[in-house]
Amino acid sequence: MLDATRTPPRLPAAPGVGYKAQHFSDLRNAPGPVKWLEIHAENYMGDGGRPHAQLRALRGDFAISVHGVGLSIGGTGPLDPEHLARLKHLIDWLEPASFSEHLAWSTHGAEFLDDLLPLPYTDATLTCVADHIDEVQETLGRQMLLENPSSYLAFAQSTWSETDFLTELVRRTGCGLLLDVNNVFISATNLGYTPTGYLDAYPTAAVGEIHVGGHDEDRDEHGAPLLIDSHGAATADPVWDLLDYTLAQTGPAPVLVEWDNDVPDWATLRSEAERAEHALTSVLAN
Amino acid sequence: MNSHEHMFRAALLDPAQAVPEGLTDGAGAPTTKRFDVYRNNVTVALIEALRTAFPVLRKLLGDANFDQLAPHFARAHPPASPLMMHYGVDMPEFLAGFTPLKHIGYLPDVARLELAIRQAYHAADAIPLSATDLAETEPDALMAACLSFAPAVQIVPSPWPLFDIWRYNMQEGAEKPRNVAQSVLITRPEFDPVPHPLTPAQATWISAIKAGTPLLGAQDAALAQDPKFDLSPLLTLLLQQEALTTLTTPKD
Repeated sequence: MLDATRTPPRLPAAPGVGYKAQHFSDLRNAPGPVKWLEIHAENYMGDGGRPHAQLRALRGDFAISVHGVGLSIGGTGPLDPEHLARLKHLIDWLEPASFSEHLAWSTHGAEFLDDLLPLPYTDATLTCVADHIDEVQETLGRQMLLENPSSYLAFAQSTWSETDFLTELVRRTGCGLLLDVNNVFISATNLGYTPTGYLDAYPTAAVGEIHVGGHDEDRDEHGAPLLIDSHGAATADPVWDLLDYTLAQTGPAPVLVEWDNDVPDWATLRSEAERAEHALTSVLAN
Repeated sequence: MNSHEHMFRAALLDPAQAVPEGLTDGAGAPTTKRFDVYRNNVTVALIEALRTAFPVLRKLLGDANFDQLAPHFARAHPPASPLMMHYGVDMPEFLAGFTPLKHIGYLPDVARLELAIRQAYHAADAIPLSATDLAETEPDALMAACLSFAPAVQIVPSPWPLFDIWRYNMQEGAEKPRNVAQSVLITRPEFDPVPHPLTPAQATWISAIKAGTPLLGAQDAALAQDPKFDLSPLLTLLLQQEALTTLTTPKD
């Protein structure tokens, strides 16, 4: 269990964007409402060069959130000690406001499969994930946030609901949560439950950050809707509605616009951040 | 306990493998197409990573051929770590052993060059040696001295016109590759790696210096290869490109 007194300051309750190198100058000249940036940890694990120089320049103007995609916290095997050491090195020199990872696995034996893969929710996986979170928090000396996945299918062997699983992880480890409302909308649509029902059962008090982002629409072999988490489009209207619903419960929180593929020009991304700012202002007014 | 991972791994990169059992849609019905989302995600992510890593290979082979080759490579060599910036280190050996492409002998060297460019991009920063540092050293002491290269500096030896092949595919209007052997030097003056063609004697000189040979010994080795070897244009290039970091004279 984490010692909460060692937790560093949180991200500002304001809009943030996923950082892309092509927006470096725009962010410095015309950031609009953007107060913080999220980077993918693994892209900054080289030894130097432009990626590090850009981070050093940006960290003066923006709070930074480090978002890992390669730790495989939801995997059944041990965490890769080399990767954990690389992560600690990055966190130590960058001193970000937040570190988050996914409830997913991506490493199998010596192979990295470069996707966020799903796990069944059982007593055994719960123990395993909790141990991994403990190890990460102890190694980094700080609280981490855990993100809910976008689900395309369910495991017949699961015995826990996702919201109960996350609630129990928070209780056991003292971790915080990254609530991706786009993922909630995708999973709810794909698995046939209501997104607001999910949010009502979700431990909102533990939320340290919120994600919104775009998805693609498809259908499965039975004709049922199948939403794909693409991060390659503007956030859909029902996801913005879900953000309002979430903020009404959490109060103002850091809201990140994720757009990782087919990255748009700065004006387009900034207008998405402005929409997030509007949602944050509205929740204060109400 | 980790049976779901074994079943996923087996089926993810191989469309011929059966979808794992026990996967359902929200209503409990079995589903194949939903598993295919993960298959597609993994394959697309790995192909995209290889496209980013090997732009010249892609041009040489054509997009369609490259996209056919990439899944073969990904199945044989999935990433060994989450550092996708290093993905593809097995590409040169893979190409050398890939029967349909064996007749294009220079492809493995092109892959080596592209890997070296990426490594240079992510290499550690260093404080460069200036021309003044060199000028302040007595000629005799200089010839007995050793030089160190910045971590970004790479050399890719090749019996092919490797630099010309790279330039022809990356620069608009560049002349066609000539029939010469070119090793390639990669420097990184600030953030962007720059390839330079080397004569065999220049490559010998750099390799000797990199191995810790003093300047005099490196000079002899280069002259043995080419009696007309002239160090000064190479040294000027290395200084301009911020490729050198320290000069160690014997008294140091």
